[in-house]
Amino acid sequence: MTAVATPARTDAPARKPGVRRRRLRRSTRDMLLGYALVLPALVIFGTFVFYPFVKNFWLGLYRTPPFPGLPRHWAGLSQYREVLTSSFFTNSLKVTIIFVLLTVPLGIVLGLGLAVLAHQQLRGIGFFRTVFSSTVVTSVAVASLISLTLLNPQIGLFNYWFGRTGSLSPLDDPKWALVAVAGVTVWQNLGLSFIIMSAGLQAVPDTLLEAARVDGAGAWSRFRNVTLPMLSPTLFFATIVGSILAFHSFGQIDILTQGGPQDRTNVLVYAIYRTVFIENNDGKAAVLAIALFVITLVLTLVQLRYLERRVSYER
Amino acid sequence: MASVTFEQVTKRFGEVVAVRDLTLEVRDREFLVLLGPSGCGKSTALRMIAGLDDPTVGTIRIGDDIVNDVDPRDRDVAMVFQTYALYPHMTVRRNIEFPLKSRKVPAPERTQLVAEATEALGLQELLDRKPAQLSGGQRQRVALARAIVRRPQVFLMDEPLSNLDAKLRVQTRAELIEMQERLETTVVYVTHDQIEAMTMGHRIAVIADGALQQLGPPQEVYERPANLFVAGFIGTPPMNTIEARVVREGDEIAVGLPGARVPLPEALGKVVADRELERVVVGVRPEHLLIAADGIVPATVTVVESLGHERNVACRLDDGTLIITRQEMDEPRPAVGETVRLTTQPETLHVFDARTGLRVDAVDAA
Repeated sequence: MTAVATPARTDAPARKPGVRRRRLRRSTRDMLLGYALVLPALVIFGTFVFYPFVKNFWLGLYRTPPFPGLPRHWAGLSQYREVLTSSFFTNSLKVTIIFVLLTVPLGIVLGLGLAVLAHQQLRGIGFFRTVFSSTVVTSVAVASLISLTLLNPQIGLFNYWFGRTGSLSPLDDPKWALVAVAGVTVWQNLGLSFIIMSAGLQAVPDTLLEAARVDGAGAWSRFRNVTLPMLSPTLFFATIVGSILAFHSFGQIDILTQGGPQDRTNVLVYAIYRTVFIENNDGKAAVLAIALFVITLVLTLVQLRYLERRVSYER
Repeated sequence: MASVTFEQVTKRFGEVVAVRDLTLEVRDREFLVLLGPSGCGKSTALRMIAGLDDPTVGTIRIGDDIVNDVDPRDRDVAMVFQTYALYPHMTVRRNIEFPLKSRKVPAPERTQLVAEATEALGLQELLDRKPAQLSGGQRQRVALARAIVRRPQVFLMDEPLSNLDAKLRVQTRAELIEMQERLETTVVYVTHDQIEAMTMGHRIAVIADGALQQLGPPQEVYERPANLFVAGFIGTPPMNTIEARVVREGDEIAVGLPGARVPLPEALGKVVADRELERVVVGVRPEHLLIAADGIVPATVTVVESLGHERNVACRLDDGTLIITRQEMDEPRPAVGETVRLTTQPETLHVFDARTGLRVDAVDAA
């Protein structure tokens, strides 16, 4: 082999002086082209992500004046300390975390349940798959309005079914408001959860389940010992992404409860919204937004660390 | 240990007939190989024994029991899959233990059985590893250990060697034969590899298009292929076949080949004459064809392949038919382009009915 390769190498034509220059120029050209191709994305990200992000951090360092037009005062990190230790923030954080805990696990379990049902090879199962995934194409506003009607104390079916027509809507009941909003959210996210779980189920090799059948495992054992472990990357992904989405919930809160009653549904994003648009306190809102950013960042890092390093298994 | 019986089993997937009216008995403690090209239905047949597919028509028995409606886990069979189908999230130990756990075997007994199976396959060092950390050969052993650990009545193996490299395949082949003899169990083994079939099976069932073509000991299938399919499928290089006219020369029955007439052995010729066959397909295995100065069929050498211990010589007859002969290395090597003469012992000729493709045998008449 070397005997063949060596002469080929020595036979290569001697480089002419011009070749080198042309190549250098080409690499510069490639570089410029590369930047040119990235530029639109840079401009968009710069305008809508990087600049607002820096500006937001900067806003948090200034105390917003009580009336517009008055000068801002430098507050430095003291505003961060104040806001992050305030009961307003801790209450909102608590509400948000409860909201996440109420929505994410239940959403995953229901999504998985439906996916397992729809995974059966039955005639007409395609219809059910469509129905189960339909909430994906339902907007937050529409879903929330439907629920608002259902939960209406006078004309809503919910109170009618539970024999409490005329009494308080769950949305107005401080004890139940968050649960009600969470319920609506679970329903609304069910389509996505179902689709993710279905995709995960389809990735479980049939031969593994067949091997388990021959090995003597019943349906439940196959699910617990084969399907579920094989789904763990999907479950992990759904948990993290679902949590991030839940931390960012806004639409359904705005339409259903506006954060009430008694701030019982005042989740972080809604708190930020109210702080900006009702209290007109940009500085405080900026700090809240940074807090939300940190939470999202941590979740993302966890996901990157574990999912990218494969929770899944090689076959 | 048990026999496995197919009684007129047909399996359809929609319009596709995967297995066609299959009647076959796998004897108790037999190593039976289902051999056929891919897509011939052999795997479907195996899966029906396992209970992973249900027959559309017909009956399957394991021992004396009809198992058509029996769940796979209650059939007492074990299966080794082509991809091994090891549980990737479980260690080797848990993989092997899984069939026992599923059957609620008590822990002490389980430990004992796992120890025996791992020892039999030399897996002691690997018990705490996950499948992803094993080589192909090791995974294959784990799959085997998982199959033998609970001493099933019947072993089903679906191309278990096809993912191994050539060297490991030869070694594992020998080990599987040993294992079957030691465990004295019934094995149904699916493969498309005729060498595996020839070396491992007590009997071979050749399947094509979902239908059984021939069932018999490897040597018999090789020496007396039941039809043209089997003749062409078993043997490397495959049997040479050529369509020929039947010619009567006085009392002698011969076949007309390009450039020559070849007389048939008397008994065989008589059968051909009795059946009033006019066209037949004549087959001869490459190792039975000789290049000889006094040969009767002229041919032109086109390719000479040396395999180290023997030689394949490809020639074309006068009408262009490709014929392959096998030569020992100490025979003179023919030159490409050279015209040689081929000959064979009349007893080594195979004759098939050109219309049906079925074997015409002197023994049939007796």
